[in-house]
Amino acid sequence: MIEKALKGNRSYWIWIVFLVTLVASGLSAYYQQRWFGLTVTGMGREASFGIYTAQLTFLLGVAASAVMVVFSFSLRRQKELAKTVIIALFMAVSAALMSMLFVVADMGKPDRVLNIIFFPNPRSLVFWDLLLLSGYLATSLISGWAMLGAEHKGVPPSAWVTSVMYLSIPLAFGIATISAVLYAGLPGINLWLTAVLAIRFIASALAAGMALLILVTLMLKETTGFDAGKEAREKLAMVATYAGIANVLLLGVQFITTTYSNLPWMWFSLIIGVVSVTILLLPALRKSQLLFVGACTALVLSVWVDKSAGLMIGGELVPAPLGSIVAYAPTSTELFVVVGIWSLGTMLFTALLKVVVAVKVDNEG
Amino acid sequence: MMNEQRREFIKKTALGVFAGLGVASGLVPAFSLEKTALPVWDEKPVPGKIRWGMVIDTRQCKEGCQQCVTACHHEHNVPAFKNRKEEIRWIWKNSYKNVFPTATNSAVSKEIQNRSFLSLCNHCADSPCTQICPTGATFKRWDGIVEIDYHRCVGCRFCIPACPYGSLSFNWQDPRTAIVDPVTAYPTREQGVVEKCNFCSDRLVKGLLPACVDACPEQAFTFGDMNDPVSDIRVVLESNVTMQRKPELGTKPSVFYII
Ligand code: SF4
Ligand code: SF4
Repeated sequence: MIEKALKGNRSYWIWIVFLVTLVASGLSAYYQQRWFGLTVTGMGREASFGIYTAQLTFLLGVAASAVMVVFSFSLRRQKELAKTVIIALFMAVSAALMSMLFVVADMGKPDRVLNIIFFPNPRSLVFWDLLLLSGYLATSLISGWAMLGAEHKGVPPSAWVTSVMYLSIPLAFGIATISAVLYAGLPGINLWLTAVLAIRFIASALAAGMALLILVTLMLKETTGFDAGKEAREKLAMVATYAGIANVLLLGVQFITTTYSNLPWMWFSLIIGVVSVTILLLPALRKSQLLFVGACTALVLSVWVDKSAGLMIGGELVPAPLGSIVAYAPTSTELFVVVGIWSLGTMLFTALLKVVVAVKVDNEG
Repeated sequence: MMNEQRREFIKKTALGVFAGLGVASGLVPAFSLEKTALPVWDEKPVPGKIRWGMVIDTRQCKEGCQQCVTACHHEHNVPAFKNRKEEIRWIWKNSYKNVFPTATNSAVSKEIQNRSFLSLCNHCADSPCTQICPTGATFKRWDGIVEIDYHRCVGCRFCIPACPYGSLSFNWQDPRTAIVDPVTAYPTREQGVVEKCNFCSDRLVKGLLPACVDACPEQAFTFGDMNDPVSDIRVVLESNVTMQRKPELGTKPSVFYII
């Protein structure tokens, strides 16, 4: 089946070459970081987390949220999601892979990454998060690929495939819960030390993940003609809307109870978040394709800004352990690495989707 | 009395030698140096039996004096990066406000506001840094010391925000270029790992007091086993009112301050 990813039209290949170029520039930036150390980043004594961790937080949420589709389709028997399940699984695969790459990119000693497996500390939430993430990556990839294979042959997926897919559900819930508790429980950073943050992690992940999935299905419809269906998008939009509402409400609470209101980027996140859920909530506005796409994009952006500027960078702007304020700004090296990893993930997602579409087109035609 | 104390101290610290050599000499206990019946090695290290602690009498700490800091940083090959972003610190002078940000007494005297307060790892009994470390590279020893295995650390830096006292430093670049006067008795670190105060576990095994304690011209430090009811540190703790940093977090620091 994989050979289907190698057959594409001109624009497909232009897109792939474009991504390969970005991956290459990311690699060269990463090589510089490996050589000189993390000194080439904007991180330092009092901003020990930066844009890598921000991407990790965002992508962990996106990866875990994709399981919502699997859950609704397989356990709640929402048949209209049938065409979206594999897309969601592959989105989870790509996001989980990128999360792992961001973990490694942020490490001072990436060559020792296997120490986490050789010398696990069972009391460590970081260890469990990474373990579940690897498991989730595997189950999503295996079940997604096997389901697609079955479809290719025109047979229903075998029982083991469904079991593997079911397994990804608790794994995703585990990732969401552990990550939320992990970030909310770091005593060195006062701003994060709140239970609201844990709940908001899950709400914002669902909102951004579902909105992103909607955008992906629309993009597929535009570029390949393969349509996951309007009903599916309606379902996803509903989840995104309710999760988005919960998120902006809780974010509002944090504006009142913490120093978030001092951070311009957090205002930006809050405002576009409110605007996007308002559009999604009102049928009159949502009917317009342009506004619908705009609202989904804004929702994703709102969460991404919140994770990057608010949770990570903003968290560190506020008196860190030593009680002094140090601003963090990523360097160009960091930005190249970030773009490189995103491009690699996007490339994988594109290739997987290419196979999905080819199989579906084969079967329909 | 002092001699007794000293002997007791050497005996306890030598247990560290025993532990180290025991491991070095092989995994089979029968062949380990345990059998070498030197009187100071006649005990097994029992977890929790000893708990090293430190009391700092901040009234004695003189302005401008950096002897403890210099001694520690020299002894442990701590690089001297000058820029704040990459600075590495095991022990350093800080203000009252930064060391006790959550202390409740609202009006502190001018003198206390200007006094120096030493910051170092508290070797917490309930240490968030060891709990979060995915590899156990930051770990708690049987004698309460929180130590870092520089060869196991993956440099994920989760321990840094986990510590409420900012005790850990990360090697953002190769530290060896910035070691002023390297010593051979203690290893240097590599780029990409964390480090912090080790309560001089390297000196304790030799029966020596921590470098800062030894170096202080004002005898501002008291160091010893807090579980031993007749130790110096117990006497000091029992006869003074002391403070710990951020006690409300429940980390149970082993470093105490006399204000
Ligand atoms: S002071 Fe910080 S580094 Fe030291 S034991 Fe406590 S939590 Fe860990
Ligand atoms: S940086 Fe090293 S010591 Fe700190 S949590 Fe990560 S692996 Fe453990």
